[in-house]
Amino acid sequence: MTPIGILQIVVYFIVVLAITKPMGAFMARVFQGERTFLHPLMRPLERLIYRLTGVNEDGEQRWTQYAASLIAFSLASFLFVYAIERLQGILPFNPMHFGTKAAPPGAAPVTPDLAYNTAASFLTNTNWQAYSGEMTFSYFVQMAALAVQNFVSAAAGIAVAVALIRGFARHQARAIGNFWVDLTRCTLYILLPISFVAALIFCSRGAIQNFHAYTQVKTLEGSTQTIPQGPVASQEAIKLLGTNGGGFFNANSAHPFENPTPLTDFIQVILIFLIPAGLTYTFGRMVGDTRQGWAIFAAMTILFAAGVFVCYHYEAAGNPILAKLGVESKYTGSQPGGNMEGKETRFGIAQSALFATVTTDASCGAVNSMHDSYTPIGGLVPLFNMETDEVIFGGVGSGFYGMLLYAIVGVFIAGLMVGRTPEYLGKKLQQKEVKMAMLAILATAFVILVFAGITSVIPFAKNGYWNPPGPATANLNNSGPHGFSEILYAYSSAPENNGSAFAGISVDTPWYNLTLGLAMLIGRFAFMIPALVIAGCLAEKKKVPISSGTLPTHDALFVGLLVGTVIVVGALTFFPALALGPLVEHFLMHGGKLFTMLIFPRWS
Amino acid sequence: MRRQLAPAFRMMLVMTILTGLIYPGIVTAVCQIFFPRQANGSLVRADGRIVGSALIGQNFTKPEYFHPRPSAAGTDGYNPTASGGANYGPTSSRLIERVRADIAKFREQNPQFQGPIPADIVTASASGLDPDISPAAAYAQAPRVAKARGVPLARVRQLIEQYTEPRPLDFLGEPRVNVLKLNLALDGDNR
Amino acid sequence: MAATATPPALDDSTTLIPKKLVHARPLFDRELVGRAVKASFGKLNPVTLYKNPVIFVVEVGAALTTGLLLRDTAVGRHGLGFQIQIALWLWFTVLFANFAEAMAEARGKAQADALRKTKTDTFAKRISGGGKTEIVAASKLRAGDVVLCEVGDIIPGDGEVIEGIATVDESVITGESAPVIRESGGDRSAVTGGTKVLSDQIKIRITSNPGETFLDRMIALVEGAERQKTPNEIALNILIAGLTLIFLAAVVTLQPFAIYSVRSVGVGTVPTIAALVSLLVCLIPTTIGGLLSAIGIAGMDRVMQHNVLAMSGKAVEASGDVDTLLLDKTGTITLGNRQAVEFIPVEGVTERELADAAQLSSLADETPEGRSIMVLAKEKYNLRGRELSQQEAHFVPFSAYTRMSGVDLDGHQLRKGATDAVMQFVRDLGGKVPAGFLEMSDRISRTGGTPLAVADGARLLGLVHLKDIVKGGMRERLAQLRAMGIRSVMITGDNPLTAAAIANESGVDDFLAQATPKDKLEYIRREQAQGRLVAMTGDGTNDAPALAQADVGVAMNTGTMAAKEAGNMVDLDSNPTKLLEIVAIGKQLLITRGALTTFSIMNDVSKYFAIIPAMFVTTYPALDKLNIMRLHSPQSAVLAAVIFNAVIIVALVPLALRGVKYRPQDAAGMLRRNLWIYGLGGFIAPFPCIWFIDRLLGLLHLA
Repeated sequence: MTPIGILQIVVYFIVVLAITKPMGAFMARVFQGERTFLHPLMRPLERLIYRLTGVNEDGEQRWTQYAASLIAFSLASFLFVYAIERLQGILPFNPMHFGTKAAPPGAAPVTPDLAYNTAASFLTNTNWQAYSGEMTFSYFVQMAALAVQNFVSAAAGIAVAVALIRGFARHQARAIGNFWVDLTRCTLYILLPISFVAALIFCSRGAIQNFHAYTQVKTLEGSTQTIPQGPVASQEAIKLLGTNGGGFFNANSAHPFENPTPLTDFIQVILIFLIPAGLTYTFGRMVGDTRQGWAIFAAMTILFAAGVFVCYHYEAAGNPILAKLGVESKYTGSQPGGNMEGKETRFGIAQSALFATVTTDASCGAVNSMHDSYTPIGGLVPLFNMETDEVIFGGVGSGFYGMLLYAIVGVFIAGLMVGRTPEYLGKKLQQKEVKMAMLAILATAFVILVFAGITSVIPFAKNGYWNPPGPATANLNNSGPHGFSEILYAYSSAPENNGSAFAGISVDTPWYNLTLGLAMLIGRFAFMIPALVIAGCLAEKKKVPISSGTLPTHDALFVGLLVGTVIVVGALTFFPALALGPLVEHFLMHGGKLFTMLIFPRWS
Repeated sequence: MRRQLAPAFRMMLVMTILTGLIYPGIVTAVCQIFFPRQANGSLVRADGRIVGSALIGQNFTKPEYFHPRPSAAGTDGYNPTASGGANYGPTSSRLIERVRADIAKFREQNPQFQGPIPADIVTASASGLDPDISPAAAYAQAPRVAKARGVPLARVRQLIEQYTEPRPLDFLGEPRVNVLKLNLALDGDNR
Repeated sequence: MAATATPPALDDSTTLIPKKLVHARPLFDRELVGRAVKASFGKLNPVTLYKNPVIFVVEVGAALTTGLLLRDTAVGRHGLGFQIQIALWLWFTVLFANFAEAMAEARGKAQADALRKTKTDTFAKRISGGGKTEIVAASKLRAGDVVLCEVGDIIPGDGEVIEGIATVDESVITGESAPVIRESGGDRSAVTGGTKVLSDQIKIRITSNPGETFLDRMIALVEGAERQKTPNEIALNILIAGLTLIFLAAVVTLQPFAIYSVRSVGVGTVPTIAALVSLLVCLIPTTIGGLLSAIGIAGMDRVMQHNVLAMSGKAVEASGDVDTLLLDKTGTITLGNRQAVEFIPVEGVTERELADAAQLSSLADETPEGRSIMVLAKEKYNLRGRELSQQEAHFVPFSAYTRMSGVDLDGHQLRKGATDAVMQFVRDLGGKVPAGFLEMSDRISRTGGTPLAVADGARLLGLVHLKDIVKGGMRERLAQLRAMGIRSVMITGDNPLTAAAIANESGVDDFLAQATPKDKLEYIRREQAQGRLVAMTGDGTNDAPALAQADVGVAMNTGTMAAKEAGNMVDLDSNPTKLLEIVAIGKQLLITRGALTTFSIMNDVSKYFAIIPAMFVTTYPALDKLNIMRLHSPQSAVLAAVIFNAVIIVALVPLALRGVKYRPQDAAGMLRRNLWIYGLGGFIAPFPCIWFIDRLLGLLHLA
């Protein structure tokens, strides 16, 4: 670790801290229907949307209707995305003729399983990419299918978080807001304006934005190079702001056209945390006690700091095996040292470790470096961040309601220890809340472990339909513990709706597309629906007045409790798996052990 | 649930038009007006023809050019339609074999260079299109380039210094040297 | 004030009944332990055990391990010592958990038996429609029957006295040997089956059907037969069942992960089923799973040790949640009786003269107030009480109409009473009320006292200051309540002025003056509308609606049956201060659950460090770096963890039964303390313990 590297992380965090309050206050105004400075511009548009869609702006919904709207909308999303993907050959904005016979050599076909996987991936805000963007999808698909989901899946997640906040804020109420209104307002007042500004900044620094066909050039040494084009900057902005993470290109935010300079990189990581951090303040504002929001913020900060510095430390320390071969492992001022495999020169170690931590703290999944090539412990950080349900600031909305679910579990156990039925923000936590919080945590843990377990051993015939390479482990790019980490990472990323990968694993086969797609859907809705049930349940409850007998939920003790709950639940659930992946690999790497790809014996 | 379907599809359609067509359309228009060079790929011209993009790395193998980092994009590297990293884990024997081979090649091509190899020059980048190398990796190649071109080493080192981009705002990222720009500058010198 | 008749001699059978209903038994009473051990085996039945999902999982694991062991034995495999030991300890784990529950139940049963002894077959004299009495078995009585009870009769069932008055020995229920009065009408009309009439005769209308009497319900409750899980217990059960599922997934999927690892590395073997089951059992929260129901039963038990009958566990739990306590002034906050503390003469009258007149007027006054005047006069002026015969003096008793009492003596009309009544008396006789007298009187009222005016005929002499005495230590206790976040509200029939003064002196947070039953009910509703939980005590029939409305309603045993039915607890000692203890017990119950849950979960960390390296030692010897306890062999590591996991359950039984130490404190302080002890303690404690067991196993050559 270098002073300047630490400085980058510290300055980053100070900026996040500084924008939390204004952002949070603004969002509170938006979701409480108050007037904002954007009203002159957006209000007529908002009214128009309600008129076109037949939504009654003043009609609030109970949790059941809210959830029904969410599911109906997700269904519509799925069908739209799937149809556009499959029909891209006859749709406009397709200069490279993807999906037609005129597609360039090397273009990948959009099979039904890939289309399903991608639709599930984008509607769930996962943005897992089983495809390589530059050789698969037309600009129309990127804009009108994928980028649209970047907006609305983010808005839906934020809407659910806001509904849950209303559950805490309201007193003996049945309604928790209107999904359509929350979705529309979030898109119009928050996502679109910020994306627009960010897109212009990205473009000014070098991110591309056009509808041209790819450019053929003759390089200086005389070979040909095909330089891809497309409307990248506009998509890049929402990809980060909405913690979606689906890159225009395969290399995602490591691609120079997506993320051209260290400055754009810095803005990208800020965009990821912008809304999640702001939501903590929105929460405090809406429940009438901003200290409550700051307490959550503090817990997230501790977990973030722990993750980023562990990751940075191990990445900066580098790979001892390479050091032995004569590669410089220390920072020297004119070269970065450390583990540069899978990292970009312009970002170096600190910005890469920061990005990796932030993108998995949040459910973003954009990457500016290849996590697969991280050192074992450096890679364990993103893995663990995801497995604890991405609650460290977290995905837009999802991170926040995820953290509240952890708070419910933590407060329930600890609350008993003060001798009262546990209360959080004046709401008694009883059977239903505990059941739903456990259900959410359980569902994702189950999906991760069970799918990873099956995939570790499932046999398939070579060149069969389900997995042409053979057994599921034949798709790995590494063997030994690291190969296992690739599986574990994939099945952690999908249900947690992250979308980043230990990308060595080849996942565009029916087995992986279907199981990962399923994992994404379960992970999204098995978390959202319980959150909405809790919202409805809490809204109906009375608010118990705060007294000195109430467990305080705005002090250091609570922060510690919340941090402890997240770590303990995560560690206890995944310790065995992590021990067989990154942990053992760490010990083995220091012992200099290497793994060659084994051809697995056919299952008998 | 069924009552929610109609507004769901209407909302989806409205959002598709708004965020999927109008938004990128306006962004494109504004960018094409204000940042046409960047918006179209920061293309670099030499001798009146496009030789690449300043942001996209390309392969250099000749001794008179500075060489970029190893690339895993496409079979031969630096294929922008196949961006991505090598994705080898730290205990992968294939990683170690590749690095060992690249070290040997680097040492062979740059016999004057002693000491530990700069970390970036034998490791594959994340995008496979990294346009930059670290200043150390450039200085390590300077004697070879100077010799192949028959220009004084001092001039080459001067160019490296000139083309070393500092950290934006003095603290972000790492200092770096754009390989294509540096090589173009060398060519310009020789003309 | 119960007119105390001379206590009749009690016969032997009643004196055998313990003074307290439940005497604190030693925790591990030999007889009870024996019973509990036996019951632990009975509880192995999976049909009943599945209700406790955590322990049920352990049993399935134990059965699985045993089954595999039998298979291996059958095929003649050697070196099964490890497997045998694991299987044994898994069964022990189940038995230990069963033992904890059985132990709590046995203690309950012991109480139930004591109660049941009183429920001998009695006969009742039922009065039939024609007014004739017939002898029927008590068990045949139905609600609505009218029975006659005479001296020496055991009252055959719960009911209301509808005619007559009698002294009744209720020591069966209360443990108090002093007999109590039961009479028709009013607040002392309820009688309980099993109690005994000592004098006179009463007619009783039976209010409960066979098997539903108060005594029946008490027996069922303490036996745990009617035990329903309380809301918090259910929520906690969901939590630990959820954790069990998570660990089940973690352990079951470990097998394919291990298969992958073994294949990929090419060396080593996949962990055995016994090792996987061991890991699972160590991870699932067996400690809290095994102790949870014991904690609940023990909580009820502790309430009973305070001579309070809780009608449900829910009520005990709710008492921990109470936000507002309604406390009756008299008897709870103040000593029952007001006492004379000062004589305040009007101008021209000496204090001694006033004291003398006050004492004379109180000669026949048997009330505590009257007596306190005598005492004060004696203490201050050494005025002795005089014996006056009816001939020379005519005593005027207190009446609600005159609101005065006194004596006519030697032509003097000495009177004492309410200020306005005495003033009227003086004026009627043509006397004058000195200026400022009313203010003097008001001043006493304002300080919480009761002024008592004294007059000698037309001459007003002055005032006696009667004062409510706040119980010693009450201020501190109420301050403790406040620290715990509980508001105390004083209920009194006094006027607001007096009430405010006493409220101020005692330190209650609020008071309800001149409170009618309706006022109480409304106050409770108002508090509840703000989300607060309210506890109160009450005895009269007119308290019943409020008792029913309150979240925790403690009826005094001396109260009416209506009150007892309405409340959810009955205090057999009829001591209103008991409410404070009940709240503490409720809190302790919840704290114990939370503390043991935290402890149980935090224990898991160490077990991972013991078992995971051991499981994969053949494939990944490098994982031995995680063996931070340096356990000497893989087998002993697994075994040590399993043994620790089993033994800790038994080790914590006393804590579960007694409850964790509780001291009144604010929530933050309490949480900090418990998190340190049970959170950090639960994290650290297993490391040395497992290490020690490992060494021991090594020494004994067991693994």
